[in-house]
Amino acid sequence: MSKETVIEAKNLSVGYGDYVLLHDADYQVNKGDIFIIMGGSGCGKSSMLRVLTGLIPPLKGSVMINGVDIAAAPADKVQEIREKSGILYQSGALFSSMTLAENIMLPLQQYSDYSPQTMRELAALKLALVGLKGFDDFYPSEISGGMKKRAGLARALALDPDIVYFDEPSAGLDPISSRNLDDLIIELNRSLGTTIVVVTHELASIFAIGNNSIFLDAATKTIMAKGNPKELLKNPPNEAVYEFLTRGEKRK
Amino acid sequence: MQKKTENNITVFSSGNELHLIAAGSILNFDSAAFLDDLQGRMAADVTSVKFTADNLEQWDSSFLTVLYGAVGMAQQKNISYDIKGLPQNVQDLINLAYAVDRKPTHGGGKKLPFIENLGKTTLDILQKTSDVMTFLGQTCGAIGRFFTFRSIMRYSDFCAALEDCGPKAITIVALISFLVGLILAFVGAVQLETFGAQIYVASLVTIGMCRIMGAIMVGIIMAGRTGSSYAATIGTMQVNEELDALQTMGMSKVDFLVLPRLLSLLISMPILTMLADFMGMVGGAFVGVFMMDLPYQEYWKYAFKAFTLKNFLVGVFHGFCFGFIIAICGCFSGLNCGRNADSVGVATTQSVVRAIVWMIVATGIITVICMELGI
Repeated sequence: MSKETVIEAKNLSVGYGDYVLLHDADYQVNKGDIFIIMGGSGCGKSSMLRVLTGLIPPLKGSVMINGVDIAAAPADKVQEIREKSGILYQSGALFSSMTLAENIMLPLQQYSDYSPQTMRELAALKLALVGLKGFDDFYPSEISGGMKKRAGLARALALDPDIVYFDEPSAGLDPISSRNLDDLIIELNRSLGTTIVVVTHELASIFAIGNNSIFLDAATKTIMAKGNPKELLKNPPNEAVYEFLTRGEKRK
Repeated sequence: MQKKTENNITVFSSGNELHLIAAGSILNFDSAAFLDDLQGRMAADVTSVKFTADNLEQWDSSFLTVLYGAVGMAQQKNISYDIKGLPQNVQDLINLAYAVDRKPTHGGGKKLPFIENLGKTTLDILQKTSDVMTFLGQTCGAIGRFFTFRSIMRYSDFCAALEDCGPKAITIVALISFLVGLILAFVGAVQLETFGAQIYVASLVTIGMCRIMGAIMVGIIMAGRTGSSYAATIGTMQVNEELDALQTMGMSKVDFLVLPRLLSLLISMPILTMLADFMGMVGGAFVGVFMMDLPYQEYWKYAFKAFTLKNFLVGVFHGFCFGFIIAICGCFSGLNCGRNADSVGVATTQSVVRAIVWMIVATGIITVICMELGI
């Protein structure tokens, strides 16, 4: 039985104005995938994420999220899609004037009918799930960078999203924190069945968590490879992909 | 056997064991009310809690919140619990939530006891006073280095700062001073007309603007326009770690950032004060000539009669002092900014409030000195 497709990019071009970063991209993300968008610096990974989350429109083509074209859909449909998506930004992007619990309660206040006490309990649960039990009343300035990312993830999970996007989750983390975050992503994907889209160029994370991926190439401005990262390493379709996945080694 | 059903969660006790049975769809469940009730049911005679969910179809985080809370209560009361009857993924999530038991050791907005708080506030005030003094000392050192040609100030920064607080401020200063002169003349005219002395509007506006009002108006405009911009710019550099970069490169933050801004305000403020004096007099003339029908030449004759070098120089000196205060308050607030988005806003507000307060204090001091000296 084929898996349900949650994200489908067709003939997608990404860029700003006349500047094209990527053209004619076609790919699919299935329900429950941990999908990696990888590639060197400047290849358009983060811009691709901005298109997927509807922050910028594609230059050409379409992105269907659960069957809805995010660039062409009416505002209420886009809002619906956003309610079912969570995003973890590089720095966590927590609101500094709010405590961690308040940060998590913010989307709940906006989109749910829970009582304030239930919201507090939900916030406590989400924080506990990401390993921050008891940090409810802490402000972002009082916790470390790794903890901020975890708290950002707790906020991204607040509304039980179908899809969670991660922008460079390992950036700025020590190897152990990075590994712990990878484990957390896998655990949440497995237990909650959430589809995960990760933009990263950290090889350790790519191989540890990814079960599907696309490789963006800055030189050709295309998707140069698709598939499971481990499979791509075993059978690299070209030199650029091999070099990237082996940290610059040349094929003999 | 007592039974109680909350939507699709049934709670009942059998002997010393409490059973929680979940079935069907548990979505958007009000966990707070349920857990309050459960707290009462976990009485002293309960020795174990058993969770079962054989016929569970759909669930969301609100269901997890119930389980998380119930397990927490059981742990707190040393009651044994069994979650093996829950679906595997739910079990995993509950185990994950309780996997890390890292106790926060600080922060969390805890309130300090009164005495400790008083001591901390006192130490904070002393620390801030010391910071201001250190900063003033560093600024004096930087000025000294500038006049002995040892400063690392970039002249392009100085020119950019001078352009920003000089030519670019002319329009707003001219407009506001014109309007202040106009208002001063209006208010004065109403009173002076009752004595038939409306010609003295010219004297009132000239003395008022030249001695103090021109400088104060320029000070307020520049504190809001330029001082706040200094605080925001330097504060953002703090957030972006640019100040740390300067420091680790062994470069003086004061020479590099404060000096060009301070010097440009010290130069531009007296000149803008002169412009404000003149525009205020023009505003007064506008009311005198066009609204009170005073002869044009007569108005200016009285205006020049009231204009004295002494008043003019006192006004310009005020402008010079205000320039120093605005630059110091703006830069100090920026350099002592925190490292998040909020602190830039706080630093900006502080710079304006501090500058205005210290300008008023400085005006009071200068006025008393002038009185003592008979100026």
